[in-house]
Amino acid sequence: MLYIPCPHCGLRNETEFHYGAEAGVSYPDPKVMTDTEWAKYLHIRANPKGWLAERWVHFAGCGRWFNLWRNTITHEIGPVWLPFTIQPKATDKIGEEDPKA
Amino acid sequence: MTNTNDTLPSGTIGRRQAAALPEQPPNLWKPVKPKKAYDTVIVGGGGHGLATAYYLAKNHGLTNIAVLEKGWLAGGNTARNTTIIRSNYLWDESAAIYEHSLKLWETLEEDLGYELFFSQRGVLTLAHSISDVRSKRRNFYANALNGIDSEWLTPEDVKKLVPIINISPDVRYPVLGATYQPRGGIAKHDWVAWGYAKAASDLGVDIIQGIEVTGFDIRNNKVQGVHTSQGTIATEKVGLVAAGHSSILANLAGFSIPIQSRPLQALVSPLLEQVLNTVVMSGAVHVYVSQAHKGELVMGAGADAFNSYAQRGGFHVIEHQLAAALELFPIFSRAQVLRTWGGIVDIAPDASPIICLTPVENLFINCGWGTGGFKATPGSGWVMAYTIATGTPHELNLPFTLDRFVTGHLIDEHGAAGVAH
Repeated sequence: MLYIPCPHCGLRNETEFHYGAEAGVSYPDPKVMTDTEWAKYLHIRANPKGWLAERWVHFAGCGRWFNLWRNTITHEIGPVWLPFTIQPKATDKIGEEDPKA
Repeated sequence: MTNTNDTLPSGTIGRRQAAALPEQPPNLWKPVKPKKAYDTVIVGGGGHGLATAYYLAKNHGLTNIAVLEKGWLAGGNTARNTTIIRSNYLWDESAAIYEHSLKLWETLEEDLGYELFFSQRGVLTLAHSISDVRSKRRNFYANALNGIDSEWLTPEDVKKLVPIINISPDVRYPVLGATYQPRGGIAKHDWVAWGYAKAASDLGVDIIQGIEVTGFDIRNNKVQGVHTSQGTIATEKVGLVAAGHSSILANLAGFSIPIQSRPLQALVSPLLEQVLNTVVMSGAVHVYVSQAHKGELVMGAGADAFNSYAQRGGFHVIEHQLAAALELFPIFSRAQVLRTWGGIVDIAPDASPIICLTPVENLFINCGWGTGGFKATPGSGWVMAYTIATGTPHELNLPFTLDRFVTGHLIDEHGAAGVAH
């Protein structure tokens, strides 16, 4: 069970949340895309071994979406940020390697 | 560690009734050091990788092959699944490849010359709601059209087959019917890996453990070798058969695949008297259970919601699964959980595998088996070997390309299979 820091409600059990996979995937313009680019938008999501920027929704609490960094090896949770705000680096709090690496 | 079912703890309840398994065998494959070059390198020494190597040698006469395993042989999902074997899938493409696999299972012990404890005790898939009944009956008719043995059972039929099951209508998820595949069953997972490893090694395949692939030598978009923790190995062809780590390897080779890696958990009880002589699955309540040869109840749970490489999952997933199991089987309330574990499964958007050529020439990939790869071990190895040997997909894996995510020809087994895939 993860303990997830909801930015609005504080630390809560994982069972109060739903997972939203990779954060920061913007909706593209389908009119100017090839089928391959569209397929990439639809189906390809980051699946790193290490830090992953991801979305969660606190459905059993405030009902709001937010983003956080989580380590897929240790399950450690890093910085949390709200949608439409600047995405921090995973390393802002915790000294780790570049998450994009 | 690979033997998930073989420990008898102190204070075990029940008594041993089934025959004990033979002693663990000695080293079955030749201990070798990696050579400088091979014709083909298989990355991943699980069931699918070992089966691929075996069929490359047996069906295609290619024996200058290495299987490179980062950890220990069959220590990943091969050691962590619930060993359920069936072929009653909804779509024609899936039914064809899983049925091919089941036919191979039926003669595999003779073929490998190795006991696998393959037991066709039948697989029961329960329906718990009106819509569940409709989709299972659709599945049953689809199986009939594909020539796959399948029966539709009423709750009373289910009770006759599994006397310990609760078919009361007054529960949260009543049993309203079930499909039954008599040819389905279970096998002993580690013996399957050992059987393939021994047979492949006997044909000249090098099986090397504790060697990690760290990159690929790709020139002119053609693979020339693999970089490993023990130096570079030149090779003409590479097959990636790495389950939950497929995304990592694909990224090292310069392309992306639509795979998410998630923990899938299972658990086992101490040894109990034989009370369950078939496999019972329920996608709706996320439980699947069989009783292994020595008497332990082997149960699979749902996948955790989030991506992970940690080979462990949340205990609330286990609690959820056990609540469902107790409603179905009230007598399990006296059993204990001996051990839980997790494996990292590779889930594609349509819950179907990917076995195909890649954007890199002579580099082939076999992944996306997600929550149900064990049953496919022989069939997967068979078609992967064909694809590597000939450079073109076998007709059975032709639909299972990366390209289907561009063309939209998805093979959506989510609805049919649920989590208990």
